[in-house]
Amino acid sequence: MAPKLPLHHPVEQSSTASAGGQASAHAAPPRGLMRWLLTTNHKEIGSLYLIFSLTMFFIGGVFALVVRAELFQPGLQLVVPEFFNQMTTMHGLIMVFGAIMPAFVGLANWMVPLQIGAPDMALPRLNNFSFWLLPVAFTLLLSTLLMPGGGPNFGWTFYAPLSTTYAPPSTTFFILSLHIAGISSILGAINIIATILNLRAPGMRLMDMPLFCWTWLITAFLLIAVMPVLAGAVTMMLMDINFGTSFFNAAGGGDPVLFQHLFWFFGHPEVYIMILPAFGIVSAIIPTFSRKRLFGYASMVYATAAIAILSFLVWAHHMFTVGLPLAAELFFMYTTMLIAVPTGVKVFNWIATMFRGSISFEPPMLFALAFVVQFTIGGFSGLMLAISPADFQYHDTYFVVAHFHYVLVPGALFAILAAAYYWLPKWTGHYPNVKLAQWHFWLSVIGVNLTFFPMHFSGLAGMPRRIPDYALQFADFNLASSLGAFMFGASQLLFVLLIIKCVRGGEKAPAKAWEGAEDLEWSVPSPAPLHTFEHPPTFRREDE
Amino acid sequence: MPENHASPNASRRGVRRTVAKTLFALAGMFAFAFALVPLYDVFCEVTGLNGKTSGSAQAIVHEEVDASRMVTVQFITRGSAGLPWNLDVETRQVRLHPGQSAEVDFTFHNPAETALWGRAVPSVSPAEATPHLRKLACFCFQEQRLEAGERLELPLVFQLARDLPEDVNTLTLVYTLYPVTRDEAVLQARVTAGKGDEA
Repeated sequence: MAPKLPLHHPVEQSSTASAGGQASAHAAPPRGLMRWLLTTNHKEIGSLYLIFSLTMFFIGGVFALVVRAELFQPGLQLVVPEFFNQMTTMHGLIMVFGAIMPAFVGLANWMVPLQIGAPDMALPRLNNFSFWLLPVAFTLLLSTLLMPGGGPNFGWTFYAPLSTTYAPPSTTFFILSLHIAGISSILGAINIIATILNLRAPGMRLMDMPLFCWTWLITAFLLIAVMPVLAGAVTMMLMDINFGTSFFNAAGGGDPVLFQHLFWFFGHPEVYIMILPAFGIVSAIIPTFSRKRLFGYASMVYATAAIAILSFLVWAHHMFTVGLPLAAELFFMYTTMLIAVPTGVKVFNWIATMFRGSISFEPPMLFALAFVVQFTIGGFSGLMLAISPADFQYHDTYFVVAHFHYVLVPGALFAILAAAYYWLPKWTGHYPNVKLAQWHFWLSVIGVNLTFFPMHFSGLAGMPRRIPDYALQFADFNLASSLGAFMFGASQLLFVLLIIKCVRGGEKAPAKAWEGAEDLEWSVPSPAPLHTFEHPPTFRREDE
Repeated sequence: MPENHASPNASRRGVRRTVAKTLFALAGMFAFAFALVPLYDVFCEVTGLNGKTSGSAQAIVHEEVDASRMVTVQFITRGSAGLPWNLDVETRQVRLHPGQSAEVDFTFHNPAETALWGRAVPSVSPAEATPHLRKLACFCFQEQRLEAGERLELPLVFQLARDLPEDVNTLTLVYTLYPVTRDEAVLQARVTAGKGDEA
């Protein structure tokens, strides 16, 4: 495949002006709540996803702060251990399934059709359905906290038999909510694949697409491949709990270790589901604010695909201590380390894009730069954990917690924030307030590092994760982590304030809101009218 | 799809085809998740990786005893939640040569006031020794029923195969007691009792 250069596509947009806003062919949309309940518009559904995700982010964040408040000093102060366990579990579940994943789906809804010149998603009604499943799923999940016996308390990985034989009675509801959230993700993935494969502007080949579309296409395939495995695993749990089967029950000939294999066969691709779209976002932002085209477009695509394929071959690195044979320890250690190669290609390409670029530090770029640095720190601690013999010491300590929070908070979350800052002018027609954004950025970066960096040390010193109390020697590290967590949590309120201000007003943004931005979405007016690209734009490559 | 009527039919057909393919893949992956269960069992049985010994009696192999090395076989017995039995073993460990067979007696005791069904589930560590531990007779092949207060002595007869890997000097055989299904139903009912009706 001849590598083509994706950036800078001048567009002949015959329809944008006439497509502006109220397309007369459509009946007037219902008003009020019904409008949002029934909408099939990708932009409105995208906004719903993003607002939902932000809400979940704050709920999951409050749970995290309960955890951090309890860990502020040794001893049991605020909550009983049973409730502490529910908080750690719910924090993880809400953040993974309720905040990060829906945020990326929301961004895809908004931006994929705009970036490929499609009028909408391929299946708009399905799109509506897949969004409205989410509030149902998470209302159900949160309601388990009020049930007798409490909510899920077995960690977000819900290992059997903790989640079967010893689980609270509400676990059946937890399983149902996970099923519903899973169906929502699957339907979203189908929609994104169908859109990208079929609705691209005439002349736009796959290798011409912006990387955000590419990373999402690959993510959607991962979702199709592994969400059914999760559904299968929780269905087996359901049957073990309620129908007397013994999939994970040693008494009946089952095996709890099988649960871990099934879970991580889903779980490892899942962690890439949460990071690949972030790669796409950063690959859009860094070229824009470096005023250069992305270095190594084709290698970025291949690296993403390589990471996705490798993600199916590394799952047991989460299970080094369950008693794997030496051959398996070695196999999973080497495949895990192999992932550093395509990831390194990506980081190299981002840096090479900035090299000799004309860089400016607008808010999206600040978050994207923080992403590159901090995600790499998370990647390095991942490499340390990949070393099987060393992992026997790190396993289930705060070092693991530090590692995955570095890839998920200043990794995935910062990329989502960067995307919000990058596309807010397109969504609202206004630039976000720069002063406020800078405060938000710096408080977030300092807060995140104050929270999670000390966890490396408490983990290496042997502090186990998921415990409400700890030995005295970890007190100082935990004090710092808790202070950082509250600082980070509070600074996210600035983000809400900033969004409200940006929706209501601010400096007006032109269609091409950022000087170096070249993708198709910048050819439609800001704010993007409800209906865009009703007549497909003609896509021209720069080199033609 | 009101937004789509401007786009050509070709793309709508394409969308339908894509959706059909993804649904097919989804169904396949869901089935695959369940297929992993028997696959996992077969894999473990062939390799012995999860330490599960064969579920039925194996024939003794008459082979020359390898007198050049001694292997320690340790026995651990464990109770479990939901079955108030005791399981004792006459000796905590035996030492023997590969190729030799040995008999060890285990004593089951039901101190409860009702008759109960239970089962002892074996596990071998290190896992790579599992296929080389041949059980000629074992109480673990069947479920046991013990009357209230009953004491029952049952034998384990096993042989260590000569091809036991060189680096295995000690082998641990763990028996964990579990209640069998009908008792489990009782247990489940007890756990959920008073927590509202879930049916």
